[in-house]
Formats: sequence, C-alpha cells, structure tokens
Amino acid sequence: MLLFVFILIFMNIGAIIAIESKSLLSSVISIGAVGFGVSILFLFLGAPDLAITQVVVEILILIILIRGTIRLDNTAIEKYRDTFAMVASLIFFGLFLTFAYVAYKSLPEFGHPLMRVSREYLQHGVERTGAPNIVMSVILDYRAYDTLGEATVLFTSIVGAFVILRRQGRKKLEEKDSTKVGIPGDF
Amino acid sequence: MNQRSTEGMTLIVKSIGRLVINFIILFGVYIILYGHITPGGGFPGGVIVATAFILIMLAYGRETALRKFGDMTASLLDNFGAISFLIIALLGFVGGYFFINFISLGTPFDLFSAGTMPLSNIAIGLKVAASLYAVFVALAIFGKIIVHRPPAEEEGTTEGQSQ
Repeated sequence: MLLFVFILIFMNIGAIIAIESKSLLSSVISIGAVGFGVSILFLFLGAPDLAITQVVVEILILIILIRGTIRLDNTAIEKYRDTFAMVASLIFFGLFLTFAYVAYKSLPEFGHPLMRVSREYLQHGVERTGAPNIVMSVILDYRAYDTLGEATVLFTSIVGAFVILRRQGRKKLEEKDSTKVGIPGDF
Repeated sequence: MNQRSTEGMTLIVKSIGRLVINFIILFGVYIILYGHITPGGGFPGGVIVATAFILIMLAYGRETALRKFGDMTASLLDNFGAISFLIIALLGFVGGYFFINFISLGTPFDLFSAGTMPLSNIAIGLKVAASLYAVFVALAIFGKIIVHRPPAEEEGTTEGQSQ
C-alpha cells in the first residue's frame, strides 16, 4: 500500500509539472512519466494485460507527441492569470472535493469484497469460452460489444485524422501524377 | 540504403534497427496470436507491430517507410480489420445471436482453441497496427511535404506508395 501511495504522489508531481512547465517537450516527457506510473500501478495490482497495453501505448504516444511538438516553436507560453478563472476553479475544486468525500465514504473498502462480480467469470470462464486468459474471455466474449465500440471509436478517429490532416485531396494527386507535388515545410 | 544515408538517423540506429525490427514484429505477432492464452491480445500486439513500422520511419526516413507500408495500404488494412471483426460478430447469427462463439471451443491451452477468439484477436491486431501507423503518418508527414515519386524511378516498384 505504501508503494501505491508513493507511485501516486510521483504521478501527481508529474502531472503538475506537465501543466505548469513552459516548454512543450518537458510537458510531453512528464506526461510519459505519469503514464509509466500508471503501468507500474497496473503491474502491482495484478493486471499484466493492462500493464503491457499501457507501456506500449505510452511509448507510441510519446513518440507521436515528441514528433508533433518538437518542431513547433511556441515553447514559451505567455503567463497571464485571470482572477475570475482562478476563483471559479477554486470553487469547483472545493465542490469536487466535497462530493468526492461523500461518494468515497459510500464506496466499499479498497479491494475488500474481493470476488463479488469476478467469481462467476473465474469459475465458469474457461469451460464456457475456452480461453485460459480470463481478460481475453471478458474482452472478446462476455463484453464483446465494448470491444466493438472501442474499435469503432478508433476507426472513426483515424478517419477524422486522415480527412483533417491531409493537405491535398486524392484527386489532385492523381492529376499531377508525374510531377513532384510538394508543399514546402513551412507548417 | 547507402545512397539514402542523408535521410533518417545515424548509421548506428540504422544497423541496430535492421537487426531489431524483425524481432519486434515477431513479438507483436506472438502477442496477437497467443492473446487468448497468455497476457496480451489484439490491442497491445497491434501497437507493438505499429511501433516496429514507426521505428522504420524514424530510423530510415519517410520514403523508405512509405515504400514498405504506404498510407493507403495502412488505410486499407485498417478498414479490412474493422470489417472482418464486424463480420466475425455478424457470423454469430449462425449459432444464434450476435457475437456468439460459434466455432467449437477445443481444449484449453491449445493455440487453436477458444473458437472465434483468435480470429477476433487477429482482426483487432491488424486494425490497431494499421491505424496507429496511419495516424503517425498523418500527424508526422501530411502537414509537411508530400513527395509523389514519378513512376519511372530507379526502384521501379510503385506499389505501396500512395496511389
């Protein structure tokens, strides 16, 4: 339990650095540190599937973000504070803490009714789905609708990225087939 | 590759990458195929395969990576993975309802067991690998420069390039 608290404090520090830092590169790197903290937490909580996914996705996101931000020049962000925004965020923070305290008291203790939902899956999962990896039997059999929705979300985001980020349409590329069509790199 | 030494990273990265990339792809395929037995599955395995191709692009430069795996190919594979996952789900109507596991389960801990689960894993892995590579291409390249090579260049093969 002490380890979890330590990692949580580490992740909070990383998140605060990511918000408050002036250079984009150090923000991206501290977001990566937060993500690796999450993966270590998953590993110690006994979820190697999620830990693998988190590590790999974190590496990929770090590469993409560094590749996307390191060329931009706006590393120095003007510091300018609005008092109204400050007061409003403080009020909402207080409200959130109050509601979170009330909600937290009604939750069961961390990890204590250990096998309420998962007992069913653990007892009958292998004979019903045939997969020894119980996570995969949940993802692809019991909760396959969720996986379909997740795949749809990913697909939609990729389509959106392709449509928005492509500078030239496909037709224009076909017309100027034999020439070097290039936009100089002043992004 | 020696003619293209101005692109990409240094010789050290290129040499190490040439050794390592195949093993990364192999490990990703292992994670996809054994997803129903060991920790892993379609999503992390697909991301690992995508990182291998992103490593190709970072180490060898844009043109080499796009010649191996063009953005249109990535888009097609993305669509193919999504459609095949949906088809696997729809084929459940053979056995009764949506998403039913209509293939026989087999013995547990075998590679070919658990019915439709390995097929779904392969579809999701294909989809995730292609789509994450495609989003990297879209974010890293599309805004900057689009080089459309003329068809009569020294390599001669234009397949894989966009259109």
